[in-house]
Amino acid sequence: MKQFIQDLAETNRYQATHLLHILRGVQSRFHYIPEQAIEQIAELLKISRTQIIGVIEFYSFFHLKPRGQYELLISDSITDHMLGKQSLINYLSEKLTVAVGEVRQDGVVSLDNTSCTGMCDQGPAGLVNGYALTRLDRTRIDQITDLINQQKPLDQWPGELFQVEDNIIEPGLLLSQSINQGSALQSAFKRGLKETLIELDKSGLRGRGGAGFKTATKWKFCSEEQGNQRYVICNADEGEPGTFKDRVLLNSYAHRVFEGMTLCAAIIGAQQGFLYLRGEYLHLYDKLQSVLDERRQAGFLGNNILKEGLNFDIEICLGAGAYICGEESALIESLEGKMGIPRNRPPYPVTQGYLGKPTVVNNVETFIAAASIAVKGGDWFANVGTEKSKGTKILSICGDCSRPGIYEYPFGTSIQSVLNDCGARDVLGIQIGGPSGTFISNKEFDRKLAFEDLATGGSFIVFNNSRNILDIVNNFTHFFAHESCGFCTPCRVGTALLKKQLDKIVEGHGSAGDVVALEELCQLIKTQSHCGLGQTAANPVLTTLERYPELYQSQLKNISYEPGFDLDGALETARRLAKRNDAGAHLAQVEE
Amino acid sequence: MSKTITIDGNTIPFEDGQTIMEAATAAGVYIPHLCHHPEFTPHGSCKLCTVKVNGRICSACTFPAMEGQDVLNNTKELTDDRQLITQMLFVEGNHLCPGCEKTGNCQLQAVAYHLNMLDNHFPHFYPNREMDASHEDVLIDHNRCIFCMLCVRASQQKDGKDVFAISGRGINKHLIFNSQSGLLKDTDLDATDQAAQICPTGAILIKRTGYQVPIGERIYDHKQIDQVSLETEHHQHDK
Repeated sequence: MKQFIQDLAETNRYQATHLLHILRGVQSRFHYIPEQAIEQIAELLKISRTQIIGVIEFYSFFHLKPRGQYELLISDSITDHMLGKQSLINYLSEKLTVAVGEVRQDGVVSLDNTSCTGMCDQGPAGLVNGYALTRLDRTRIDQITDLINQQKPLDQWPGELFQVEDNIIEPGLLLSQSINQGSALQSAFKRGLKETLIELDKSGLRGRGGAGFKTATKWKFCSEEQGNQRYVICNADEGEPGTFKDRVLLNSYAHRVFEGMTLCAAIIGAQQGFLYLRGEYLHLYDKLQSVLDERRQAGFLGNNILKEGLNFDIEICLGAGAYICGEESALIESLEGKMGIPRNRPPYPVTQGYLGKPTVVNNVETFIAAASIAVKGGDWFANVGTEKSKGTKILSICGDCSRPGIYEYPFGTSIQSVLNDCGARDVLGIQIGGPSGTFISNKEFDRKLAFEDLATGGSFIVFNNSRNILDIVNNFTHFFAHESCGFCTPCRVGTALLKKQLDKIVEGHGSAGDVVALEELCQLIKTQSHCGLGQTAANPVLTTLERYPELYQSQLKNISYEPGFDLDGALETARRLAKRNDAGAHLAQVEE
Repeated sequence: MSKTITIDGNTIPFEDGQTIMEAATAAGVYIPHLCHHPEFTPHGSCKLCTVKVNGRICSACTFPAMEGQDVLNNTKELTDDRQLITQMLFVEGNHLCPGCEKTGNCQLQAVAYHLNMLDNHFPHFYPNREMDASHEDVLIDHNRCIFCMLCVRASQQKDGKDVFAISGRGINKHLIFNSQSGLLKDTDLDATDQAAQICPTGAILIKRTGYQVPIGERIYDHKQIDQVSLETEHHQHDK
């Protein structure tokens, strides 16, 4: 182990910023982070052991206790549930003889749930030792069980288990019109960098991650900051359940993503870029590295790019299972080798970002759009879309529709026409923008995709009339409680309380005041939380409560009060100690 | 002429670089807080100091004072939210004031009184948390930790040590110690360290001193926390 960690640290140049890289290496080799490794890493990186333990306990993919040699995780996204995830994981647990959340006695395999893995159009999905598994069914589970029991190395598993499809169904402005490698940079240098920034401004491009800040303004602010070190970061931590468009863009349009980043570097004056790739997309890592190599050889990355005096390179950093790292300042913390805790603002990343230096963080799709705009001009983009939302939006459509996959639409497109295209029938409602977005009912399908109406980072989940809204809301609410970083009180305690309160109502233990209490809690979390996660964590409840108040009310019991915890369950320890199980040792939850 | 902001309609001066909290404290305006301490880098996590700045919710302890700010602090809306946040801190851990030796000296308790908190409002979590009594002079009761990071910051910024850290995610956050055994006794903490003295609740206690000052003669027994805070926290934090 000693030599392994020594080599790992050396490859990472003993940089504390590379702590996640190193821990990923250790986890993948030993299936946990042993105490001995913590001591050694602390010494080699000159950081405290508590920082390392903090990071291990923060990220879902790191463990202080051994997991199985085959670490199996099954995606817990609502779309996976709709495709029969629960019965599949039960079957898997039975076949492998390991309980969910546990390691099998022989240490060969462990099984657990994980947040959405971004395969919603080809689920139920999972991960084995970090690599994506798609289209799971009983046949595949039988196959996987045999492979694990024979202890076959992953590289000898049949490739079809790991087959990930693009499913681009409706390409639009960006996806149907290709640009030549290097052409965005050539056009920018030919036109002039200042003039290119003007074109970008003219295009009206706004950030595609969801918040919608104007891209040209962000780049301009960053370029005007003092100092000579600046950074470009591509946020590919696509964790919003139901979103998978960045996975497709990185699989089939990686050159354009990197071109967009390089263009940004030229304009703002950055020498270093990072692609922060969510850990769930490990299967893309080698491919992306080879794209970077190709670009270095072609003179689009490295020193003196296109002989224009631009020096810039890109490093890929993998996340380790933390939705919060999609928040830009948490992402920067993570890139620095720390827990992904959102920073206080101001200062904003454009003034003090990575290592305190001016930094641009943009979504994958934003960089693609910027590269295309550099070639085709601002008007080409601005002529499409609405007044306030220029251009197109790439959607990942999944759930109850016959053609799930990637669709690109001009902003202003109505929800109804999207539903017609993807083959959705008998629709109950849509979750737009993922759990942090909005649930709309089937009376609102004339609404439009646009920042000024329905903004989305790309998630578009269709539910038909067979679905239970409270199941959906419950899944989302549990997701936020699981992903809260815990930094601020309203989100840390609030999301956990919200989960309890909703469970109480959904399980039929709610009484008269419980929906009012639920709403009060939602408002508190929404207004008082530190970052976007907390500010949106109550949206699933709030947006459905607004539309279906009777649904919540109908869950309530006709009594004035019921305790927030299971009275009889609380007596279990006492019964065990007293060795009693008679009627007198039990309590009814309420006087009936 | 010095620059000014208004807090609840009253004009108060500020200097460049001051946060809203610092400007307020200097002007004798109390904004409730727990994770903030003037001697350490602001943290902004407890959210008790939430104020409304020109209509926008901000943490007073981290947000810079700027010309033209119209700050709302002592409003019913904010006080209600602060009370709910305090109640959240109470139900998250196991805070049993009558049996805690910090009672009367506890900022969490004092803030709760100040905000007129009369019950816990939310269902209790009753988490199963341990104690660490291994250290000769210092006792840790994890039941009362509110993750304010004051001990973490004090140890790093004042004591020149690195004894404490907060680990874990979400509701599973917990305080850890910088020693191979994970026990407090194997760290280099001394009872005289500021980190050992700074805890706003009863999570870090100095052994054998708990009842030297009898109940009834403690800090918050005769004064409200706003008065104590303004008397003792008047200086600026280190830049």
